[in-house]
Amino acid sequence: MLIPPRDNGFNHPIPSEITPRAIYEGRRDMLRLLGTAAAGTALAGWAARDAWAQTPPPGKLAALKSVKSTVPGAQSMEKVTDYKDATTYNNYYEFGTDKADPAKNAGTLKTRPWSVEIEGLVKKPGRYDIEDLLKLSAQEERIYRLRCVEGWSMVIPWVGYSLAELIKKVEPQGNARYVEFLTLADPKTMPFVGSRVLDWPYAEGLRMDEAMHPLTLLTFGMYGEVLPNQNGAPVRLVVPWKYGFKSAKSIVKIRFVEKEPGTAWNKAAANEYGFYSNVNPNVDHPRWSQATERRIGDGGGLFAKRRKTEMFNGYEAQVASLYAGMDLKKNF
Amino acid sequence: MNKLLIHPAAKPVVFLLCLAPFAWLAYGAFTDGLGANPAEALIRSTGDWTLRFLCIVLAVTPVRVMLKLNGLARFRRMLGLFVYFYVVVHLLSYGWFDMGFDLGEIARDIVKRPFILVGFAAFVLLTPLAATSANRIIKAMGAKRWQTLHKLIYVIAGLGLLHFFWMRAGKNNFSEVFVYAAIIGVLMAWRVWDFMRKRKVKAANARVAASLTAGAGMPSRPLSR
Repeated sequence: MLIPPRDNGFNHPIPSEITPRAIYEGRRDMLRLLGTAAAGTALAGWAARDAWAQTPPPGKLAALKSVKSTVPGAQSMEKVTDYKDATTYNNYYEFGTDKADPAKNAGTLKTRPWSVEIEGLVKKPGRYDIEDLLKLSAQEERIYRLRCVEGWSMVIPWVGYSLAELIKKVEPQGNARYVEFLTLADPKTMPFVGSRVLDWPYAEGLRMDEAMHPLTLLTFGMYGEVLPNQNGAPVRLVVPWKYGFKSAKSIVKIRFVEKEPGTAWNKAAANEYGFYSNVNPNVDHPRWSQATERRIGDGGGLFAKRRKTEMFNGYEAQVASLYAGMDLKKNF
Repeated sequence: MNKLLIHPAAKPVVFLLCLAPFAWLAYGAFTDGLGANPAEALIRSTGDWTLRFLCIVLAVTPVRVMLKLNGLARFRRMLGLFVYFYVVVHLLSYGWFDMGFDLGEIARDIVKRPFILVGFAAFVLLTPLAATSANRIIKAMGAKRWQTLHKLIYVIAGLGLLHFFWMRAGKNNFSEVFVYAAIIGVLMAWRVWDFMRKRKVKAANARVAASLTAGAGMPSRPLSR
């Protein structure tokens, strides 16, 4: 701080250095105008994004219109993974165990006609055609983080609606406590269904409250278009706070049951893959740490540092209450 | 074929061939050609190439003996050193791209994950073999001791296979593991068979020698090998 000497008193600037009022006011107007213009440009984008979901479609498949989701947690602000990476680096074992295999082999998958059979403890069982499912509720765009159990992650703009919408429609009975998802296992179009890697068909399951959670997405598209085959066309599940394998692809059957259903990876290696499989940096996989993850397509490429994995993949605020009082080390 | 093997250009050509996978990966790394997860691609392919070179170097002696290609022996050391070269690149890629060269983190990881421990043990055991490659050292050690030390390669091959097996175990995806195991298994079986055969010949020769000293007469043809 500048402390003027006492004897100096008030500093009078030389009159010629005083900026005339007209000039300084002109400058302020100019700045105000610039500010408004900048804000206007930013707001225009924001306004447009409010009307329709913002991810520009890559132009590869049929467009699937959606509105921006208002579900809390459904709008990650992180950099969205490149469409190319999200569609060429996949785990979809029916089409091969290498991550490049599904993109190469899934062309054979026939996504029409397609229907999903709803059975078990529901008041309205039956076969639901994919076209009806598409229209069952408003399609929303949800930008979710995806964390694979293998230690990599992506950010993907999915298109779909909360699975709860469908569940409410089919009216589960009071004793339905779990939901089981069975996926297509067609040896004619899926070259690896014959292999002994997993028990086919691929089965997954959720507890009823998990299935009813608004973040649990019945997914029909991504990046503003319908799902590519290798990403689980025509309809899949996305459960963003669980490891990716919980999100079953190409679903053909949804069954409401009383007891915890067997799930594919749990049957293959029960000590490595639990029924819950919530993303949890504090519970390691027996063969590797889950504390960090590699974000696919991170700026630094080969030299990008791994990032810290968040509890429930960053959806703790939304889902932690589902597991209140549960030992997450035991129920991994 | 033997002539080709002892051609002066043969060694440099094989050297460059052995370096080709590394060059290809390095090119991919700098041109963004390693797919969505370049770190994983690099770590896995250098591991694959370590195993492949291990198979190649273990095949040298069986192929040499069976096809009578004595010229092959010249390449054994170079091929063996390439196993070490690829395992070092493999370890460095893991340490750098997966662990960010955090030594504490690497140490914890080695203890935590059995398959990393086994892989690391194989690397450690391979180090003295690579270090005793120079003629001078072989001479200083004496051929017998050098050979005994280098029998470690059989243990290393087993550890390498176990490392690969465990890495794939979580996904029950063993088809490639079995291919490598079958190749190494055949090469080991040949050694056992060769050892038995040599022992039999030795025993027969010893019997002949014994009968000679006992003065039981000369056999019409001496047994060899």
